[in-house]
Amino acid sequence: MTAVVRALGRNRRATAGAVLLALLFALAFAGPAVSPWGWEDTDFTAFRRPPSADHWFGTTQSGRDVFALTLRGMQKSLVIGLLVAVLSTGLAALVGMVSGFVGGWTDRMLMWGVDLLLVLPAFLVVAVLSPLLRDGRPLVLVAVLSAFLWMVTARVVRAMTISLKEREYVLAARFTGASTPRVLARHILPHLASLLAVDASLNVSVAVIAESGLSYFGFGVRPPDTSLGTVIADGGSAATAYPWLAGFAAGLLVLIVLAVNLLGDGLRDALDPTSGRAR
Amino acid sequence: MAGFLLRRLANYAVLVVLAASLAYLLAATALHPRANFEDRVPRPPDAVVDAELSRLNLNDEVPLTERYLTWGAGVLRGDFGRTWQGEPVTAELWRRTWVSLRLLLAGTVAGCALGVLLGAYAAVRQHRAPDRLITLGSYLLLSAPVFVLAVLLQSAAQKVNDVTGVQVFEWLGETGPGASEGTFGALGGLGDRVRHLLLPTATIALAQLALYCRYQRSMMLDVLTADFVRTARAKGLRHRSAVLRHGLRTALIPMTTYFAYTFGLLLLGGVFVEKIFGWHGLGEWLIDSITRGDVHVVAAVNCFAAVAVLLAGLVSDVLHGTLDPRVRTGDAP
Repeated sequence: MTAVVRALGRNRRATAGAVLLALLFALAFAGPAVSPWGWEDTDFTAFRRPPSADHWFGTTQSGRDVFALTLRGMQKSLVIGLLVAVLSTGLAALVGMVSGFVGGWTDRMLMWGVDLLLVLPAFLVVAVLSPLLRDGRPLVLVAVLSAFLWMVTARVVRAMTISLKEREYVLAARFTGASTPRVLARHILPHLASLLAVDASLNVSVAVIAESGLSYFGFGVRPPDTSLGTVIADGGSAATAYPWLAGFAAGLLVLIVLAVNLLGDGLRDALDPTSGRAR
Repeated sequence: MAGFLLRRLANYAVLVVLAASLAYLLAATALHPRANFEDRVPRPPDAVVDAELSRLNLNDEVPLTERYLTWGAGVLRGDFGRTWQGEPVTAELWRRTWVSLRLLLAGTVAGCALGVLLGAYAAVRQHRAPDRLITLGSYLLLSAPVFVLAVLLQSAAQKVNDVTGVQVFEWLGETGPGASEGTFGALGGLGDRVRHLLLPTATIALAQLALYCRYQRSMMLDVLTADFVRTARAKGLRHRSAVLRHGLRTALIPMTTYFAYTFGLLLLGGVFVEKIFGWHGLGEWLIDSITRGDVHVVAAVNCFAAVAVLLAGLVSDVLHGTLDPRVRTGDAP
């Protein structure tokens, strides 16, 4: 993991992404403390007003403060994105390592499952499952999203595990009687750490986009709770006449994804020894 | 090549059957078409609702396996059942497929071609102004979800329409009312269709473009420093033809794999674009059917999407084989 931290400092893109992401986190979680309005408050004296000193991002049709709503949505999107990334990357590591290391029928069945999940259009399945989320349980959404994001990484991890399995030090560990879980955790996993770090950061952006997309259609986070997707969906139809309704949320969503993409791509460039040659 | 394709096809067929069955079982357990009848005023008697639901094979009192077998037997005959209002799903599926195809085709072709060209150009001009500009643009585009892109384009189009005073852009539906009866007749109708196509196509093309541009740039960078491009230069080819004939062709090979991977994303982008621009295609149908609990439509569209994704995989295999001679002879890495 220290390699990841060092790479962070070495690559300008990765540094920029990390700083931007940190700023966005600070805005999402410290912002509500500064704002005079809560996200559930309604100002009955200001309906659909443009941004002003009182309402920094303006107000909605029903008089809710867009700044507070947007920050609340950011919190949701960021937390869901992070949780999904960690869960799906963990699952990918587990399945990929077991599949590559154990081999045989276990491998064949697991990879077949991966193929099957790749064929099932994930968005459609999550949308069909959305009635289960009706009570606004975000953890169910996290679980469902993670279940569909791990397959490609699992294949990469499997391929790397197969090549690591034959290395002398792994063979030595196996012949001295170390159990499979121990070999996987102590000798294989450390080699995959940088790949997994990059993958997790890129998965954050996929998860954030997926979550906001589902919420946009009303299949993810539902009212009365709010996410960036619901804010954009509510304001998007009136975007030409009242740009502040969706504009700030859309801009912040793009910034979050941009920050995570910069971070992930920068890390990949810095950690991958072959990419330095071409650049 | 034939044996290789046949093996792939057999594997794909099993996957499609499984994916379609899973989609049906999921839809049948998670959706409740009965609610559509219970919300009616006055509420119809339970016996009538039961009879209607049973007739459509949507009754949740019938065991799931029994409903699944009835549905599966229908699908094998090429019949995807009926919507909860009793309309046949298959006919509507084909009609909407053409609508979606009209929308996606132009956008995909434009997006792929432009993305590959821009990516290759950026790689050749690496570290110079065009490269930096293209890289920045593709990063921003990649970070914008399709629905944000669509809303942005709509706002921009509104501005253009206001400034020029002409309805240059249209963003609702496929055609405007009465366009083909105007002074220009059928030609006016065609122009009207094109104006309706501009914005949705641009949305899809931009979303695709960014992705292909990123991939193509990194592929091209790997190839440009390769020995065979240097050899091509050494045997006397101009820089331009060495890069185009030897570099670009080789860099295109891995792109065929990405084409298969991004096809699913393309279908998904189509869902957003159809919903936002009011096209009555497959994507819009799916979203509406999920909210209405229309089990057979959801299963049919899922099945169609699975087939489409696998066909894209097959197309990419064939393209791969055409571009890379090693696949045909069995020496592929």
